[in-house]
Amino acid sequence: MADTGKIIEIEILRYRPEQDEAPVLQTYKVPFTDDMSVLQGLQYIKDYLDGTVSFRWSCRMAICGSCGMMVGGKPKLACKTFLRDYYPGKLRVEALAHFPVERDLIVTVKDYVKRLEGIKPYLIPKETRTLEEGEYLQTPQQRDRVMQFSACINCMLCYAACPQYGTNPKFIGSGHMAILDRYNSDSRDGGREQRMEPVNEEDGVWGCTAIGYCSVVCPKQVDPAHAINKYKIESTMDYFTRFVTPGGGDK
Amino acid sequence: MSIQRPYVRSMDGWWKRNAYYVRYMAREVTALFVAAYALVLLVGVVRLSQGEAAFNGWLQALKTPLSLAFHLVVLATFVYHTWSWFNIMPITMPMMFIGGKRVQPGTITRAGLAAAVVACAAVFVIVRGISS
Repeated sequence: MADTGKIIEIEILRYRPEQDEAPVLQTYKVPFTDDMSVLQGLQYIKDYLDGTVSFRWSCRMAICGSCGMMVGGKPKLACKTFLRDYYPGKLRVEALAHFPVERDLIVTVKDYVKRLEGIKPYLIPKETRTLEEGEYLQTPQQRDRVMQFSACINCMLCYAACPQYGTNPKFIGSGHMAILDRYNSDSRDGGREQRMEPVNEEDGVWGCTAIGYCSVVCPKQVDPAHAINKYKIESTMDYFTRFVTPGGGDK
Repeated sequence: MSIQRPYVRSMDGWWKRNAYYVRYMAREVTALFVAAYALVLLVGVVRLSQGEAAFNGWLQALKTPLSLAFHLVVLATFVYHTWSWFNIMPITMPMMFIGGKRVQPGTITRAGLAAAVVACAAVFVIVRGISS
């Protein structure tokens, strides 16, 4: 690393369950260059200053969605955020808001993953085809229809941006709705009916009050707020169409 | 040694943590002013049903300085109410395509604001026409 003489103070909200009753702040002085991300700052701390600091990371290029954390109080990917933007001030880094802290900057994702499984985030073919019949074809226009929401990387920043999720951890949240729509809107998919149950539930889309911050913080321009609000319309349609659909009232 | 004892952080005062949340709460609060003004108009309808004298009394009450100040406050909150709701309209309505291209969020917001301005101007002109 080139020595620029610049040193930034990084304040980390530490939580070590074996010794801390509650999270405590710890400050590190990190030499940095203008091209260094917050993630690289944390790696410097881990390598040279304090090996006990824990955080998740993998790809370093906003693809894997592992390094989401609160940077300067806002949900960010540490790999996509630069130290230079916070210098000469002090930079505070905390675990993603609204999730239980497992250790230091690592949050518990158990509930998140469980709910994700609930929305069946995979193609449920409309018609089963044998291997001889070939692949499920799709036109470029049909593919374009799902491109935006398929860009979600499950980084959970939208959940850290959502106070409704913070006050009710059972709330389905906007990120899952973007993923759900990615499959529901796929021309090859026939699983819509199976996916609508969690949408219409008490903790489904109606917990959203259109704050919209989730779409602001999304690092992949997925616009999850749009997805969840779209399903308020679909949920309403489901509610009313069941009265005019044969056998619909049984649901 | 590994101990699992997940720490849940408090949500107390969450809306003060971010300017975005403050603006959201301000948007929600404006609904109370809309409701308050709806009550004022409702009282007007009730007074109208009670006869001309009662209705004129309601009109006089609207002209007091206190009422005028109230109207100014309500006007300011209505402007914010209109702007903030049209601002989130792009996320609350289905994707729109014109000529195969997606309508941009800014266009949707501006169209909503323009519709509000036109509607206000139309009501103003009609009411002025009736009263003169």
